[in-house]
Amino acid sequence: MALSIVEGCVNCWACAPVCPSDAIFEATPHFMIDAKKCTECEGDYANPQCASICPIETVILDAAGDPLNPPGSLTGIPPETMAAAMAEIQAR
Amino acid sequence: MELTVLNNDAGAEAGGCSSSGCGSSGDQLSHLPDDIREKVHNHPCYSEEAHHHYARMHVAVAPACNIQCHYCNRKYDCANESRPGVVSELLSPDQAVRKVLAVAANIPQMTVLGIAGPGDPLANPERTFETFRQLTEKAPDIKLCVSTNGLALPAQVEELCKHNIDHVTITINTVDPEIGAKIYPWVFWNNRRIKGVKGAKILIEQQQKGLEMLTERGILVKVNSVMIPGVNDKHLEEVSKVVKEKGAFLHNVMPLIAEAEHGTFYGVMGQRGPTHDELQDLQDKCSGDMNMMRHCRQCRADAVGLLGEDRGDEFTMDKIEEMEIDYEAAMVKRKEIHLEIEANRKAQAAKSGEAFVALASLGTKKKELRPVLMAVATTGGGLINQHFGHASEFLIYEASPTDVRFISHRKVDLYCSGGDTCGDAETALQKNIRTLEGCEVVLCSKIGYEPWDMLEEAGIQPNGEHAMEPIEDAIAAVYKEMADAGQLDKPRQTAEAAQATA
Repeated sequence: MALSIVEGCVNCWACAPVCPSDAIFEATPHFMIDAKKCTECEGDYANPQCASICPIETVILDAAGDPLNPPGSLTGIPPETMAAAMAEIQAR
Repeated sequence: MELTVLNNDAGAEAGGCSSSGCGSSGDQLSHLPDDIREKVHNHPCYSEEAHHHYARMHVAVAPACNIQCHYCNRKYDCANESRPGVVSELLSPDQAVRKVLAVAANIPQMTVLGIAGPGDPLANPERTFETFRQLTEKAPDIKLCVSTNGLALPAQVEELCKHNIDHVTITINTVDPEIGAKIYPWVFWNNRRIKGVKGAKILIEQQQKGLEMLTERGILVKVNSVMIPGVNDKHLEEVSKVVKEKGAFLHNVMPLIAEAEHGTFYGVMGQRGPTHDELQDLQDKCSGDMNMMRHCRQCRADAVGLLGEDRGDEFTMDKIEEMEIDYEAAMVKRKEIHLEIEANRKAQAAKSGEAFVALASLGTKKKELRPVLMAVATTGGGLINQHFGHASEFLIYEASPTDVRFISHRKVDLYCSGGDTCGDAETALQKNIRTLEGCEVVLCSKIGYEPWDMLEEAGIQPNGEHAMEPIEDAIAAVYKEMADAGQLDKPRQTAEAAQATA
């Protein structure tokens, strides 16, 4: 049971200091999670800390390979209402 | 350009300055108590006048952030963009300290070291405070300051106070959670991501609490606000009132930067930034309530040098490794240079009294005379000392019968870089002249024939007669000349009208 970081990570460092298991390390081309250390924050916090602070969608995956921050979760705008949101913003 | 706000007679005549023309815009802080003025006297980011003379630098030790802002993209590594949140090299605290000592030895005008990101300094407390700890010891003459989104501020105030930090900047874009939800989609708070209005409410509460705690402890707080048309533009006057009541001493309203290529949410979605006029109008409205800062350059989180310049390229880590620095000697040199600067400032201030007497002599004509915007090319020192073609920005001042005041700066592209770029010169020059729209005079040390003619055609008078003179004195003198020549009794003749009558 471990999370993983995939391509798309921008190396912003937000996740590393909030990890309770010290499982996240700097690597090239992007930060990585040590699967042996990662507990998915079970026993420490209600939500995985890295995914809760990560500012990029779809770059942290759960053990099944599904993104913890799916498209739309970062902005609060689901993909299907994106066009309408854009029109509203451009009318400002 | 419509100058309705500036034409406001009541505004121009309020206060003790109207009859004597007592002051320059440089003394925007004159109403503050002496101890506060002393604290900002040499700080380029807090004092408009100081920014002509003193340099600052930021060290990029704080990458992580605890909130999401729609105008920010956490992909901060970029050499070519100049805006907050962007850096070339992330530094460890040890590297940052070496860099500060190297820069302060080579740029003796340096007075201030700030930590402003590229994330939030207080979301990286260990890295931020380790840097401050070392610098307090090794460079005690350099002032330390920090710029934060405020979320972690209340929890860190005690630690901040330990480091003898005089100044803190908080970015406060709103005091209304509904508006906040349109700017901040979420915050990371108590180990959870809190979204929407609820998250914005927490952020606002922490910012306001942090502001109160700092002012109670005698730390100067500047508030930065990003002006976002259609989101918080109507609301920032209210923000200005609220933060002033809580003790903030300076408000800096900055324009939203939102280019699609920056990859920010606002950039990608096509949210526009404010125009020059919209920004100035809002700054003027807010200025009734408190000091407004207008000289901010929205610099990178690793900027080095005077506010209008960035010398970061001279101080990359590999170059610093090769520098040999005598810290003690550098500190002695800084002290000497700062004394020289202060002597110059004093001499300039004494001299400028004479120039403003000239304005006062305009006497009864004052009411009929319209204000004039003038652009200035300067490399610092408070002087008109830059070639028109070498300017990468112009400072914009407004002259009126009672006052000369700094309004803003406008960035331009260098058109005169020589060599291969010459073929593009004309278009770049035309663009620059459009950037100066609304100005009637450009003051510079020198200017070529081609730009001279093009400026005149655009209805802007180039002027190189005041080279090496203090900016505000020269502007007062030019304004006086224009008044004496009867040019200010009637509305400005636009370029189109001039051509029509020719």
